[in-house]
Amino acid sequence: MGGQGDVTVLGTVVSPFALRVRMALYLKGVSYEYLEQNVFDKGELLVASNPVHKKVPVLIHGGKPVCESVAIVQYVDEFWTGAEFPSILPADPYDRAVARFWAAYVDDKLLFPAWIGILRAATEEERDEKLAATLAVVAPMEEAFAACSDGKAFFSGGDSVGYLDLALGCQLFWLEALRSMFGVKVIDAGRTPRLAAWADRFLETKAAKAVAPPPTAWRSTPVSCELSGLLPQLPNKYL
Amino acid sequence: MAGGDDLKLLGAWPSPFVVRVKLALSFKGLSFENVEEDLGNKSELLVSSNPVQKKVPVLLHNGKPICESMVIVQYIDEAFAGTGPSLLSSDPHERAVARFWAAYVDDKLVTSWVQSFRGKTEEDKSEGTKQMFAALQTLEGALRECSKGEGYFGGESVGLVDVSLGGLLSWLNATEEMSGTKIFDPVKTPLLAAWAERLRELDGAKLAFPDKDRMVEFIQKRQAQAAAAAAAAASEK
Repeated sequence: MGGQGDVTVLGTVVSPFALRVRMALYLKGVSYEYLEQNVFDKGELLVASNPVHKKVPVLIHGGKPVCESVAIVQYVDEFWTGAEFPSILPADPYDRAVARFWAAYVDDKLLFPAWIGILRAATEEERDEKLAATLAVVAPMEEAFAACSDGKAFFSGGDSVGYLDLALGCQLFWLEALRSMFGVKVIDAGRTPRLAAWADRFLETKAAKAVAPPPTAWRSTPVSCELSGLLPQLPNKYL
Repeated sequence: MAGGDDLKLLGAWPSPFVVRVKLALSFKGLSFENVEEDLGNKSELLVSSNPVQKKVPVLLHNGKPICESMVIVQYIDEAFAGTGPSLLSSDPHERAVARFWAAYVDDKLVTSWVQSFRGKTEEDKSEGTKQMFAALQTLEGALRECSKGEGYFGGESVGLVDVSLGGLLSWLNATEEMSGTKIFDPVKTPLLAAWAERLRELDGAKLAFPDKDRMVEFIQKRQAQAAAAAAAAASEK
């Protein structure tokens, strides 16, 4: 297969969607060239590879771009397939549907109240309101974890991470940043103990450690910079 | 079709998301029981099958629920891989491109179309309409790229994106009729206009699409209700 060694990822160090793609590649043992993008001064390669959205992440494989993290992760799973590669999505169609349902839920519902809501809140009161909305979104995932994990460590139902682990796991880094900035705990052992334990396990995995943004990525920058850095990376539906 | 496959669709006939599922089932040649939900009085089955969202469509396959229209469509394609045509290519890159455009339809086209209907102000609504036409222009390019000279986003036969966009067709056609403005304009978006005609003629589409007059009546009623609600809210202030 031509171009198999030729993989490039365009991302930003804090974008959860880029982190998701990079973790997927890590799981498959695929090496790639990583190109950090400046979303305020978009490079030619980004614009040429994703002319429709001009956003990260983009995977370029053998010269051909793949855009949208959901499409990219499934591409990675489907291209690097076979006995020598771990699977990201489960084999059974029903299990795949459940994983896709919850991943879509996370992408549609968690991001908006959590990031934009909590980050942008003008008052303590508004922040509490947005936190409450976020907690309401997270709550059903405690039950979902019990159902999907089947007694094992991860949503995949096994001892290593899968599609839904990546979908929710890539958000953990920013949730941690929110905690250090505002003291808000979105995934909290008191409210959602199984989910909290899963989150700790996820962050300890090699895949998560391989891509985790350094503390300097957010702790040393003022909130307004982080906010303006975050906005251009958001999925279109939030803008 | 495998023996003992019991398919039940919980839906509401006007919903474009329900139509998507019906299209997928029909194109694959799968029979199913259609259960019409009263969304103002949801059945226990719906609420217990989709406790998180309590929305239609829900597909029950041998009693197990699958929710979210595009998740259901991919499920149908995968669970019934041996039945009827595939909705996705076997090539990973082509599959990724199809998923990209299916996401685009939801993120850009559905969002702007909803805004054109439900925008709070006239300004909001016309912004929605403007963005909807821009999205259609982009989809014209997508159709050119994906069809490779054939008739559908899926190439020679219907695929994921045809189903995703096809679900919206009845609403869009009814809106065209009501407003007098062409949405699938053969001058601005000739490929899409031809595609819409072609899709409507398929047997699977005829089974899935609501009747146009019934759709127009439904939308008019909805708009009247919204206007009455807005008037009532305004007079309360």
